[in-house]
Amino acid sequence: MANQSDDLALSVKDLRVQFDTDEGVVTAVENVSFDVKRGRVLAIVGESGSGKSVSAFSILRLIQKPGRIVNGQIQFRPAEGKPVDIVGLSDRDPLLYDIRGGYISMIFQEPMTALSPVHTIGNQICEAILVHQSLSKKEAEKRAIEMLALVGISDPEQRLLQYPHEFSGGMRQRVVIAMALVCRPEILIADEPTTALDVTIQAQILQLIKKLQEEMGTSVIFITHDLGVVAQIADDVVVMYQGRIVEKGTVREILKDPFHPYTKGLLAAIPSQSNRGRRLTTVDKVIGDLDLSANRELKILPSGRAVALSDKEIAKLSL
Amino acid sequence: MESQTPLLKVKNLKKYFPVYGQGLVKRQIDTIKAVDDVSFDLMPGETLGLVGESGSGKTTCARTILRAFKPTSGEVLFQSRQGEVDLAKLSEKALKPLRQDMQMIFQDPFSSLNPRMTVSDIVGEPLIIHNLAKGMELENRVSEILEKVGLSPEYRTRYPHAFSGGQRQRIGIARALIMEPALVVADEAVSALDVSVQAQVINLLEDLQEDLNLTYIFVAHDLSVVRHICNRVAVMYKGKIVELSETEDLFNAPKHPYTKMLLSAIPSPDPDQKLRPIASFEEIESANNC
Repeated sequence: MANQSDDLALSVKDLRVQFDTDEGVVTAVENVSFDVKRGRVLAIVGESGSGKSVSAFSILRLIQKPGRIVNGQIQFRPAEGKPVDIVGLSDRDPLLYDIRGGYISMIFQEPMTALSPVHTIGNQICEAILVHQSLSKKEAEKRAIEMLALVGISDPEQRLLQYPHEFSGGMRQRVVIAMALVCRPEILIADEPTTALDVTIQAQILQLIKKLQEEMGTSVIFITHDLGVVAQIADDVVVMYQGRIVEKGTVREILKDPFHPYTKGLLAAIPSQSNRGRRLTTVDKVIGDLDLSANRELKILPSGRAVALSDKEIAKLSL
Repeated sequence: MESQTPLLKVKNLKKYFPVYGQGLVKRQIDTIKAVDDVSFDLMPGETLGLVGESGSGKTTCARTILRAFKPTSGEVLFQSRQGEVDLAKLSEKALKPLRQDMQMIFQDPFSSLNPRMTVSDIVGEPLIIHNLAKGMELENRVSEILEKVGLSPEYRTRYPHAFSGGQRQRIGIARALIMEPALVVADEAVSALDVSVQAQVINLLEDLQEDLNLTYIFVAHDLSVVRHICNRVAVMYKGKIVELSETEDLFNAPKHPYTKMLLSAIPSPDPDQKLRPIASFEEIESANNC
């Protein structure tokens, strides 16, 4: 795999994040390692509490107290320049500010809370530009207009002067995407960006992200719990469960031929044509007596996939 | 099922909300037709899905049927224990005893339970309000229903914060079912839950339906859940039902362009089935006008 390392935009190794609570230390993420290949979409899938968002927030060093990154490396490899270990940066390192919103930007689930209600859209998009690039206000405005047009907002000159409440949910999410991409980041982290939207709007936003990602060559980390969304947008998939990765591989490998019982359970639990009229298989039923905590180490298989199972279980898989 | 009398007959139901101008004098400048001439029949033991996007009027429609809102016009004929009544015309006072027969399960298990009440208070409250049980009988019925929804009666003294999302939803279900209702409106009852928990709650709702002979109106935006649980589906768009058919017919051969558009937008968990959403809105508009 060493010869491929040039293709990586980001490489997370042995990440562990803990939260200090009154009842003791809670480990939210443990031993998490994954790579984001340049120009590809990596989906991190998991249910609430699986650690998917914590992993993503760690990349931007947005974990706030009482949480902290205890261990691990997050190596960001910009297209030009030297690789940086984001974990090693100090809180006030100017480079960290360049990375946040500059090299790596983020879109959030709820577009209304991601936007300021008291500033115009134009104001907010221009702010992102002015923080990260030495452009004049005029130039920034021009860039903002271009970006709004690119995300499919009609009449961008007028819309620039409006406030978030004047936009619908789908339109707001387009604005947030415009804001995230206006500085042409190398990596875009999308945390459940379509979960709060209607299906028809979700379909449009997914297509928009995919189109912009391909045009701009951005690498994307897409966090979601919806395997339908994963199938449509991802190239590679990481499945998380209780703070650990249980399986990773390409989207086709994971969804068409899952190895780990948890992934199988997730797929079986989705209501679909094949289980219509019957009881849904629940995840605990699929997992059965298998003790998942016994095999928490992720083993890399010859095919390049990785799964957290015992050697005996792995031997049983049709490889 | 055709030979039976419908449990619920909704006829030309309308719910309009007035929009007032911003001036000093309160002047109505517009009306929002949240539910606009909706009609359907609901058979006992049936599950009817009510789907649509946000703002389509599906929740308002369900709530107007339960008389959480007073309808602007129309009839809601309900087979109560005392015979057929028109819910749309009854006074609040006359409605109260009927409320036992129709209950609601809410979307958000976090905001729909009072954090300062114990599980047994929350679940038993409807019985107290309707003066149906007290003392030991109340206790027994609470324990019974908790067991039915898969919660241990030992939990009865705990508060909602001690429970996970799925468990809270079970508490909400217990509270609705303790009244032994005939009609249950589930408003996005599984939308806020994780897939694995969602599957458990769907199974529970189906088991309870069989056990207690419940009739569901299942309001949802997740079409795959609707397809799994519903016998028939009504698709709402801008306050109107644009299509109502048997679930499989609707999914296999949608007739209305809006239904087609909605179905085309569902992402399949199969990476080989690429998303090809239909987005021509004009097509839908023109179909709606004629």
